[in-house]
Amino acid sequence: MAALDPLRLTARVAKRLLVDGEVSSAELAKVYLDQIAAVEPQVRAYIRVTYDNAAKYSTKVDREMQAMRGPLAGLPIAIKDNMVTEGVTTTCASRILHDYMPVYTATAVRQVWDHHVVMLGKTNLDEFAMGSSTENSSYQTTRNPWDLATVPGGSSGGSAAAVAAGEALWALGSDTGGSIRQPAALCGIVGMKPTYGAVSRYGLVAFASSLDQIGPLTRSVYDCALLLQHIVGQDPNDATSVALPEPVALPDAERLDGLRVGIPAEYLAAGIEPGVRARFDETIARLEELGGTCTPISLPHTEYALPAYYIIAPAEASANLARFDGVRYGFRCADPVDLLDMYERTRGEGFGPEVKRRIMIGTYALSAGYYDAYYGRAQKVRTLVRRDFARAFADVDLIASPTTPTVAFKVGSRTADPLSMYMCDICTIPVNLAGLPAISIPCGLSDGLPAGFQLIGPAFSENRILQAAHALEGAIGFAPAPTFCDSGAVAPDGARTEARQ
Amino acid sequence: MIGEDDVRYVAKLARLRLEQDEAARMAGELAKILAHIDKMSELDMADVPPTAHVLDVVNVTRPDKPRPSLSRADALRNAPAVSDDCFRVPKMG
Amino acid sequence: MSAWEPVIGLEMHVELDTRTKMFCACEVTKGDAPNTHTCPKCLAHPGALPVVNQRAVEYAARIALALNCSVRPRNVFHRKNYFYPDLPKAYQISQYDEPLAVDGWFEYWAGDEKLRCRINRVHMEEDAAKLVHAGGDAGRIAGSDYSMVDFNRGGTPLIEIVSEPDIPSPEAAREFLQQLRNLVIELGVSECNMEEGQIRWDANLSVRPAGSDELGTRTEIKNMNSFRYLQQALDAEIPRQVEIIEAGGRIDLETLHFDPDTGTTTPLRSKEEAHDYRYFPEPDLVPLIIDPAWVEELRATQPELPLARVERFASQYGLSRADALVLGSSQALAAFYEEVVALGAGAKPAANWTMGEYLAHLNAAGLEAGHGHVTAERLAKLVMLVADGTVSTSSGKDVFARMIAERAEPEEVVEKHGLGQISDTAELEAAVARVVADNPAQVAQYRGGKRQVLGFFVGQVMKATGGRANPQLVNELLRKALDG
Repeated sequence: MAALDPLRLTARVAKRLLVDGEVSSAELAKVYLDQIAAVEPQVRAYIRVTYDNAAKYSTKVDREMQAMRGPLAGLPIAIKDNMVTEGVTTTCASRILHDYMPVYTATAVRQVWDHHVVMLGKTNLDEFAMGSSTENSSYQTTRNPWDLATVPGGSSGGSAAAVAAGEALWALGSDTGGSIRQPAALCGIVGMKPTYGAVSRYGLVAFASSLDQIGPLTRSVYDCALLLQHIVGQDPNDATSVALPEPVALPDAERLDGLRVGIPAEYLAAGIEPGVRARFDETIARLEELGGTCTPISLPHTEYALPAYYIIAPAEASANLARFDGVRYGFRCADPVDLLDMYERTRGEGFGPEVKRRIMIGTYALSAGYYDAYYGRAQKVRTLVRRDFARAFADVDLIASPTTPTVAFKVGSRTADPLSMYMCDICTIPVNLAGLPAISIPCGLSDGLPAGFQLIGPAFSENRILQAAHALEGAIGFAPAPTFCDSGAVAPDGARTEARQ
Repeated sequence: MIGEDDVRYVAKLARLRLEQDEAARMAGELAKILAHIDKMSELDMADVPPTAHVLDVVNVTRPDKPRPSLSRADALRNAPAVSDDCFRVPKMG
Repeated sequence: MSAWEPVIGLEMHVELDTRTKMFCACEVTKGDAPNTHTCPKCLAHPGALPVVNQRAVEYAARIALALNCSVRPRNVFHRKNYFYPDLPKAYQISQYDEPLAVDGWFEYWAGDEKLRCRINRVHMEEDAAKLVHAGGDAGRIAGSDYSMVDFNRGGTPLIEIVSEPDIPSPEAAREFLQQLRNLVIELGVSECNMEEGQIRWDANLSVRPAGSDELGTRTEIKNMNSFRYLQQALDAEIPRQVEIIEAGGRIDLETLHFDPDTGTTTPLRSKEEAHDYRYFPEPDLVPLIIDPAWVEELRATQPELPLARVERFASQYGLSRADALVLGSSQALAAFYEEVVALGAGAKPAANWTMGEYLAHLNAAGLEAGHGHVTAERLAKLVMLVADGTVSTSSGKDVFARMIAERAEPEEVVEKHGLGQISDTAELEAAVARVVADNPAQVAQYRGGKRQVLGFFVGQVMKATGGRANPQLVNELLRKALDG
């Protein structure tokens, strides 16, 4: 058996090897556990590696091959630590849940467990999924394996870094304003947010209920489709989940003849770095070579999407996080003198600064006298953003944009100014507001760091998106692997100490 | 805009204990964020309906059929304090 | 005080009798061990989501229809946000500006008057858990006061009913509440058990110059958990407000707590600011679009409602309004009465016996109508025995009591104790003759013009016959004997 390279292996290939008997499930798991041992001290993608479970379960899959087969059986996966997993603590990277042991399992996770995946562990994230870099984790900052001085993006930074660093074959993440797509772009992998409602949110610790979706982070578009197939479905436990009108298909397209793609002018004006822009333009050229036609379009309310998101998401979050009060589970402050003291100190000590900021904004926006000016207005902007997309999709089949304005930035370079951090999501947020599906695929390097290409489709157009992304992926042929180099830290005042190579 | 008094009121509503310097700093940060959010007021949206639900789905309900509850042990498993099989909390001040 | 009139409104909460909770499939139960009917949803674990109980919507709609409300076609749930240990999500899923139903009314009897109170709204929400306060023990080092939470009840479907301030007196408020409770019980949607807290209410009250149209500032009164306390609290609040106003003061919009021990209301001196609930639409639930055809189907299958039944009793059985109200208000008693009549008893005598002996017996024995030894068959038989003269009315009461004590049929009791009415003319003539002979003074009085002395003689004959003489016959025979 040739040595398996976790930096290159895809689920598609791994499954073939398993089926052909060239590798056992236990051996496959070991590949990833070994890689974790090798690089995790630098990457720090995991909050908890479930060594025991991975070893034991993969052995079990081998032993009971007759009963435990299927497209996902034996394939090692990492799960973002904001999806509850019975028997394994789920922390949301927050002190307030540091010892929370779930008594049930998230539906999407249950679905992949039922297909006999081998869980490697729970990955790091920005606390309660609020952030774009994992620097808001109360445990550790995950590092981007392409340059350990930079962030992997967030909030699913742990999942993205784990996949990119070969510490997992694939992973589940969650996306509220770009939290799958942005880290996928910064880490040079594939990440997809399905249509709102396509995947059950039962067991996904809620951040913004009307925006959150679980989705795959993978090394190929085919893998993405395969994983997506197994997490979609209408769930009686989630009143906002719906069945897809057609099943997810494994993509095989090589050409894009007849595909009409729109490029929103407003997204290109959003401060896109020259290198990222260059990779984007090259990818558009490839798209056209494959037979697609690209036209400029306008999504005129794009600039209002970010303000609307930064009301809606915190408002919903302020209510969703109110249950963390020290009564029934989680952290409780020491020696509370009375109930009020318990509430205030539990939450004051249990939440990190970004979470507190967002709870405050959300509470303020909903408070007496402010509802119409903030939440009410934001809901209307949301309608306008949806209409923009609906109008555009009358003329085009997909919309393309760079996933993020920049490549991975230095750890610590944006933490002093929350607004600068929010700007990471300028191309991804409108998609969540409209509830649409979107994918990010790597389209090249800029200054040695990956850039992402985003395709957005109308609601329930997952197959159209996957086919286009698959064909484009083939044409792009993104080959490099992360180097685990380290370009040096940013000084505390934000200045770079050395130029990036 | 939003001052330290507003911050204290909101922190109270949200049951967040803020230290002295935290409240001051938060007022500054929130003011900046809210200034950015104020961009929305440029738009005339008198005739625009709000979107509360992005799905065009209605009437999702379930039948009135019981399903097994958690065992008491599981219900109390994560409880910070337990008394007589109940969750124990300090009394109101 | 007649210069002032009270203006009263009620806000009621009713727990529904569904099998499962409002937003999760845990069973709704009573009295089980704490925290044995919970799940991640009603414990508000991270990641848990609500799903609406279909039957709760149906039950809520039935209440709304019975209260003559318009059921709104589009229903949305809202989050009502506040922190309390009995509220696990730190928000209650409730309804705000798109509730189930609005603009209804409820007609009820207070004394002789039929009153109408408008209903502002009926909406759906979920109940809080049970919070029990425990005191610290003297001598315990770390024995500070604490509270305990049992989440079994948390999430039970709760219907909120808000009336307009149309209730004109504390007595009317009590009638309103009792009759509305009967209505809900009869709909079969809630047992409204008061000890279990399945029906709860707050009252609001203001006063104004008698005959005025304007509304004064109201106060809200909480913690009255019986009908008696409701009336007591309102009776206490009216003069309190009047005194303040007459002294030139102002009523503050405040919440008062009723103390059953002192029978007075005191302001809730809470350290907390007035609640800012920050309502916003519940993103985890989609809107309910109510089909008018479904509403009509419900309307067509509503049970007969108490007020309609009271009116039917009055006309069908020729009862006075007061009697119809007693017999017709509550379903169990009404069903019992109707069965007694159906079995052959006359409507009026059946009414008298049911409202008299039977109701007294139920109260004394702590029974519900239709339960216990006195079945409709047995009462009907007794009524008919009295009606056909087999037993006199006063003996009948005796039969009733013995029937219960001996768990026997009425005719068995009559036979066994010889309680049959004496209607044999010869026997009665003999008794009459003896009484007349024994009381010459009264005979002289009677013959001297004092006609009312007849009553004395009747009494004597009754005594002599152990109460079993046929009173009509006795009267006849006495007159014959005395008038000569």
